[in-house]
Amino acid sequence: MPTQDEATPTLTREDVIKVAMLARLALSDTELSSLTEELSKIVGFVSQLSEINTDEVEPLAHPLDSQNVFREDRPVPSLTTADALRCAPRHDEECFLVPAVLGESGSA
Amino acid sequence: MTAESHHPFTTVIGLEVHVQLQTETKLFCGCVTTFGSSPNTQVCPTCLGLPGSLPVMNRLAFDLSLRAALALNCKIASFTKWDRKNYFYPDLPKGYQISQFDLPFSYEGHLEVIDPKGVFEPRNVRIIRVHLEEDAGKSMHDEAAGTADSRIDLNRTGTPLCEIVTEPDIRSPEEARAWLNELKLLLVYLGVSDCNMQEGSLRVDANVNLHIPQPDGRLAKTPIVEIKNMNSFRSVERALVYETERQWGEWQATHAEIGSMPKQTRGWDDSAGVTRGQRHKEESSDYRYFPEPDLVPVTVSEEQVAAVRATMGEPPAMLRKTLADRWKIPAYDADVLVNQGPELVEYFEDLAKKVGEGKVASNWMQQDVLRMLNERGGRIADFPVQPAAVADIIERVKKGDFDTGRGKEIFAAVLETGRPVDEVVAGLGIAAVDEGDLQKLCEELIAENPKIVADVKGGKEQAAGGLIGQAKRKNPNVNPGKVRALALELIRALP
Amino acid sequence: MTMTTTSATELASALQKGEITSVECTTAFLDRIGSTNPTINAFLSVDRDGALAKAEAVDTARAQGKPLGPLAGLPVAVKDVLCTTDQKTTCASRMLKTYEPPYDADVVRRLREADAIILGKTNMDEFAMGGSNENSAYGLVRNPWDTNSAPGGSSGGSAAAVAADMAPLAIGSDTGGSIRQPAGLCGITGLKPTYGRVSRRGLIAFSSSLDQIGPMARSAKECAMLLQAIAGHDPGDSTSLNTPVPDYLTGLEKPLQGLRIGRVAEHFGEGLDQEVAEHVEQTFAAYEAAGATIHEVELPHARYGVPTYYLIAPSEASSNLARYDGAHYGHRWDGTPTDDQGISTFDSPLVEMYCRSRAEGFGPEVKRRIMLGTYALSAGYYDAYYAKALRVRRLIRNDFTQAFKKVDLIGGPVSATPAFKLGEKTDDPVAMYLVDLYTVGANLAGIGGISFPCGFTKTNLPVGFQLQGPALSEPLLLQAAHQYQQTTDWHLQRTTAIPS
Repeated sequence: MPTQDEATPTLTREDVIKVAMLARLALSDTELSSLTEELSKIVGFVSQLSEINTDEVEPLAHPLDSQNVFREDRPVPSLTTADALRCAPRHDEECFLVPAVLGESGSA
Repeated sequence: MTAESHHPFTTVIGLEVHVQLQTETKLFCGCVTTFGSSPNTQVCPTCLGLPGSLPVMNRLAFDLSLRAALALNCKIASFTKWDRKNYFYPDLPKGYQISQFDLPFSYEGHLEVIDPKGVFEPRNVRIIRVHLEEDAGKSMHDEAAGTADSRIDLNRTGTPLCEIVTEPDIRSPEEARAWLNELKLLLVYLGVSDCNMQEGSLRVDANVNLHIPQPDGRLAKTPIVEIKNMNSFRSVERALVYETERQWGEWQATHAEIGSMPKQTRGWDDSAGVTRGQRHKEESSDYRYFPEPDLVPVTVSEEQVAAVRATMGEPPAMLRKTLADRWKIPAYDADVLVNQGPELVEYFEDLAKKVGEGKVASNWMQQDVLRMLNERGGRIADFPVQPAAVADIIERVKKGDFDTGRGKEIFAAVLETGRPVDEVVAGLGIAAVDEGDLQKLCEELIAENPKIVADVKGGKEQAAGGLIGQAKRKNPNVNPGKVRALALELIRALP
Repeated sequence: MTMTTTSATELASALQKGEITSVECTTAFLDRIGSTNPTINAFLSVDRDGALAKAEAVDTARAQGKPLGPLAGLPVAVKDVLCTTDQKTTCASRMLKTYEPPYDADVVRRLREADAIILGKTNMDEFAMGGSNENSAYGLVRNPWDTNSAPGGSSGGSAAAVAADMAPLAIGSDTGGSIRQPAGLCGITGLKPTYGRVSRRGLIAFSSSLDQIGPMARSAKECAMLLQAIAGHDPGDSTSLNTPVPDYLTGLEKPLQGLRIGRVAEHFGEGLDQEVAEHVEQTFAAYEAAGATIHEVELPHARYGVPTYYLIAPSEASSNLARYDGAHYGHRWDGTPTDDQGISTFDSPLVEMYCRSRAEGFGPEVKRRIMLGTYALSAGYYDAYYAKALRVRRLIRNDFTQAFKKVDLIGGPVSATPAFKLGEKTDDPVAMYLVDLYTVGANLAGIGGISFPCGFTKTNLPVGFQLQGPALSEPLLLQAAHQYQQTTDWHLQRTTAIPS
């Protein structure tokens, strides 16, 4: 059974807050405390991978070897607007409604 | 006006262009991409990002982007994959955009732009990469109404986009505009995109800064600014002119150099004619790219590249030379024609073939067809007067049925009424003038104009021109050349 | 005939012969659910009306001699991770409490085309994240063999439903062992097919490069029957394999003479329960007796499977679960302010809506994994964590490739221990993650694995045996499990531990 390296990295509460903002999670005070501890422990656990030399190893992102999967440029019927909006928390007759979006998209 | 002419610096501009590909359906699903449909009528589980939905790549989108990359002289990667770019935004329902990060399908190309007016030197702009990604939807906010909500339309979500990123090789705002024109023309010729900026099928962001030589020989560089929200090539040029001046002013005030602050994004306000700083969150730029596990990689063989190349047709730069050679027209004419797009070139070539004389056809294209097309608006494909009709008119002018001016009137009438040339000619009472009638008319004129007759007799043959205007008033259908020739003959025959 | 304890294959034959009707059969299972589910909580929703309507339609069609699908009239339970148009799909999350998909998962479509009767949606760990089924927003599931123990997870509801005779057949999904481990702990048979064999379209994604749907039933033969109906190429899933589906039933009866089974010494190291070890060794002996040969093989990087998995799966999950932001569907924060001293300043009302909706909609384990995955992918950590894990993933797959040059299948335990007590591991995430020790390898490598019962402990808890095979070895995995079940009756044992 793998053991935890003693000298593994730990996360601070500030690290956890930063990650939570990236993940868009309004963590509570209690959650911030418990996650700081738990994530440190988990990160310590997964850090044991560093003991393997992988210098000559290509990353494997996917188990499949298949390539070149395409569909033809043929239209398929879309959903009705009503079906598209049916599960939306807020919507009008044609659009999703969200709290005001100001400024530019986050996209580059 | 060029900034360089006033200031001791070089303007350095790089462009990032997003082009919507001319497919019928979206990049990863079968929803159509028709512009201007009612909100959320072209959406399905995949482009709505519903739980469990999966993407499958549109083959035509990939082929079109391959075509664009080849036309931009890019190298094609033999192996390419897609990545997820993660960020939260309501127009991005999956919470990530499927894009390409470290292995774009093409890279290292270039596109040259030549200014026929010679305002700037030919500029070869290098292309860093071209990649294929999906578009986001639209969020609409009525600030005037002051409502708390934005409305989200996801019709555009998942539309295939080619992203083209240049090296910072452009040296002035007008060069940027000219290069964009050339790029647009190229993509339209290849059928890659309609590049309609009003409909958002071509969007441009510009990165700009100034390189300012210092007394000690060092080159000072101002912080790079990314300009967004430019919705026409004219806006791009104006925004860059404005930004160049703004950065120069900023430099003189602060001497702030690149690296002294994070990259700034500024939005172009077209009506105010200024760029404005946009709020930029540091954490939002941590996109956490990683390989998209719902798609498989794409490999491209040499044979595929050759096959795409074979079906590509001539890019505009080559077509300009071909047209000039084939129809013996000046480079300027070829440039004007090619810059109007492939449909117009097709129209011109059809006309030139029928007329048999390139220059005559080119003149008619520029002076009549294009002028009327611009007045009317719309596309040449929808232009009601076909090349055969124009050729017919030109033929009758050549035969001497009527003069060029009259021909232009006939052209306008054909365009206006939509009736065949024959009918219009007959309707206007424009028939070839009978020889007897012409003889009679000239005799009348000679009798009525003793002064002109005397002048001509005295050796001033050009005085006969005065008879032509009068002849046209008497009968608009007379051919001025014929009137002149006959009148001179009759005068010489006078005792 | 007690229909609820009869195998699906026998039920199918009785239905065909007209000895029973689908309405009778479906009613029997619905009644069993009615009496048992309040204790076990295996089902999140039961579609009594829909199931009976479909059963009646099948009976009518049969009476009229109309052609019917291969699962005609047979009840099936479906894990609530698969989209269904006629029943809400919650993924056991508060986030999707009222979510009604506008489309059927490809597997659900295939079940309907096979004329199966979908009884309802089974409980699970929220978004399939967990190994005990204690992470459901709608209550934990109890192990039918000991109601104070966990059924395993994340397909704990499907496993418990079969073990408690609430359904003869069930659909599960397996990302790191989520079919095999609960099958082992509940004493049933469960197959994780090769990655891509079954379409993932409509399977609510946890980790896209690891997720795979598979069959769960009492026996391998019933699993073969169910896999036959759900396997196959789907042009709507780019990662679906475009290779023909073999007949999984015809090869089952072939003897195992000459089969080479690998045994990994490291599987029997520290942490393996003694009783589990004994039953596993006896299973190897049974295979030898049946004509197979046992060979020692090495999987040198197997011990790194869990840390590799707990970087890759959360990384993909952090992205897959970004869509649950309260904007287009799912839970949205109602705007009620809180005075909690945690994260409470936001750039805009929109960002606050995102952050609070997600904080309210997700349970603790889901948040933990989103946090871990976000961290592993974030600037400055990507290479050390996510990219590193991808490299080790290749080493793990290479290990299997090497091993399968020497043997046809690899045998061993499914879990280090029999079912553990509810609450036993909830305070220690790493201990909980280690329950996947023997199962994550197959997901990382994309290969197949089957789990089936091979004995009971002294306290009458089932023990599972796992066989893993190379890509597309489903026929062999099913045959090997079926042959074992021809000479043993562990899979036929019924629990008496459910209080009525």
